Amino acid sequence: MSGAGQVVGTLATETVRVTVPYACAALAGVWSEKSGVVNIALEGMLLASALAAVVAEVATGSAVVGVMAAIAVGGGIGAAHAWLVRREVDAIVSGIALNLVAMGGTRFILRALYGSSSNSPAVPGFQGIFAGSSSLLALVVDTLTNPLTLLAVALLFVTRFALTETRLGIRVRAAGEDGAAAASLGLDVPRLRLAAVSLGGCIAGVGGAALAYDQHQFQSGMSGGRGFIALAAVIVSGWRPGRAVLACAAFALLDASQIVFQGQSRVSRDLVTALPYLATLASLAVIGSRSARRTS
Amino acid sequence: MTAPRVGQEAIAVTTALAAAWVAFAVLVWLYGESPLVVARLLFDGTWGTAYGAGQVIFKATPLLCTGVAVFVGLRAGLFNIGGEGQLAIASLAVGIAGHLGFVGALPSFVAVPLLIAVAAVAGGAWALVPAMLRARFGAHEVIGTIMMNRVADSLVGALLGGGLAVAGSVRTADIAPSAHMARLDAVVPALRGSAASTAVFVALVLAVAAAWGFRRTRVGREVVLIGKNPVACEAVHIPVRRRIATALVLSGSAAGLASAGTVLGYKGYFEMGLGAGAGFGGIAVALLGRSSAVGLILAALFFGTLQQGGLAINGHVPREVMNVLEGVVILAVSLSDADVRRTFTRGVVGA
Repeated sequence: MSGAGQVVGTLATETVRVTVPYACAALAGVWSEKSGVVNIALEGMLLASALAAVVAEVATGSAVVGVMAAIAVGGGIGAAHAWLVRREVDAIVSGIALNLVAMGGTRFILRALYGSSSNSPAVPGFQGIFAGSSSLLALVVDTLTNPLTLLAVALLFVTRFALTETRLGIRVRAAGEDGAAAASLGLDVPRLRLAAVSLGGCIAGVGGAALAYDQHQFQSGMSGGRGFIALAAVIVSGWRPGRAVLACAAFALLDASQIVFQGQSRVSRDLVTALPYLATLASLAVIGSRSARRTS
Repeated sequence: MTAPRVGQEAIAVTTALAAAWVAFAVLVWLYGESPLVVARLLFDGTWGTAYGAGQVIFKATPLLCTGVAVFVGLRAGLFNIGGEGQLAIASLAVGIAGHLGFVGALPSFVAVPLLIAVAAVAGGAWALVPAMLRARFGAHEVIGTIMMNRVADSLVGALLGGGLAVAGSVRTADIAPSAHMARLDAVVPALRGSAASTAVFVALVLAVAAAWGFRRTRVGREVVLIGKNPVACEAVHIPVRRRIATALVLSGSAAGLASAGTVLGYKGYFEMGLGAGAGFGGIAVALLGRSSAVGLILAALFFGTLQQGGLAINGHVPREVMNVLEGVVILAVSLSDADVRRTFTRGVVGA
């Protein structure tokens, strides 16, 4: 294969690989925002579920059990967030506190279980069919057939379908558009929000598992702001699942290009990492008041 | 009004402290240590010695500034969670300005206030973007400040990497000796070795001035009213947007002043990550400290104790326990606030 084709192929594959955690967290954000709950706990969801995946895989030796544990922890944080908001705790306050607990708690558990403050033991995660091979084709096939990549793609379509075509999705959106009006029609708004935010948390959990399995271990603070990138994608896309994932892919392309074109100066690397956030600030000026919608 | 309010605050604070203690005990016990023994270590390492107390004051100094920052925002009905970024930018600005040639030529009583002013301006400037987005376009300040935090991270990295750092490091050059704020142990010998500095007075003055400003100045009182009901304020021709922007910028300035404790009073230079966490810690301080200067000061001391105590117990229990406690306190205060609010306003339409 030609040099240019090699580069483009690697770049595209890397982009897909990097997109998965972003996209899952963004879908979580979409579910949450659509139901009317601001969710800045995406970061903590990714972090805590990444640890859960590794702990469960270390304990059972099964990567699938690891994913299930990650989904459970992500969903649990979502449920906690929804419950706190139902108890009239400000959604921002709740999100900040949950992020703090996830940040401190994962370090605490890391040290308690593995005696290390930086990383867990290595886990295999999902090995591709061509694991170990260095050819581009093997990389492409392994990335595209990774169960978590496929699951993320499926979740995107499920989210789109559910929010537009199913009774639950439409009710969730009604709760988000105007909680009081939805309640007056007899909808149980708090319960709908609980369902939506927990469901979102489960999806974010898949992203956390993907993050951990990608590195084959848990590293302290490994979410590294990905939850906030996902939040940025949610806002830039105007809470539309397809566009949010596209925005994630665009942000991931920036990341991937840094992995592929190495040897850039530190400065340009740092400035590129700021682009998603700058894009969000710019879009705030456009969508402005819509972003000011608070939970009611 | 006053009686239930005082009662409400007491309930919220007591609940939070109780929740923090329970969370601490459970985590320490899960880790296989005795909560009482570790609590004893925590106390000995903080208030048990004069040095420990000095370290608590040192840790509490930036927290009080960022706590005031969040408090100022909350009064205006704004949530400034951009303290992290505002502090990072202010610290970098102070580190660079302190190294400028002419600062070294200034006497200390000019150089120190000058750099404190630089910190306030830089922190305020970083808050200006979300303030304008909020005032002009109605964009949620939480999203704006989160994004500015991340941009600050990148910008600080790029600037330090791009030549502002001492070659081969991630720190700025030393600030001029005349720009250092004196350590408290120069006056109180018992505090010897602790990093508490006169920056604590900056933080104390800031807390008192903020509480006073909301009670006694026209702008301050207008801001409080806007925080309660912006629509009504609009109707009586208070310049709501301008006041909101002002409040957010002042909040950023307060966060920037935390660099007095870290750069001017402690390190004497700025390095990557210096003061990180103080921005979020300020949220906990503001929520626990309620809305009085004394409350904020006590809350800053409480979290300063936890931070210093975390270092004291780190050999037995990971100090990250303290981050978890910060989160627990925030949640407990907010939950009990909401409960009390419900009890006192039951039946009131629209409450």
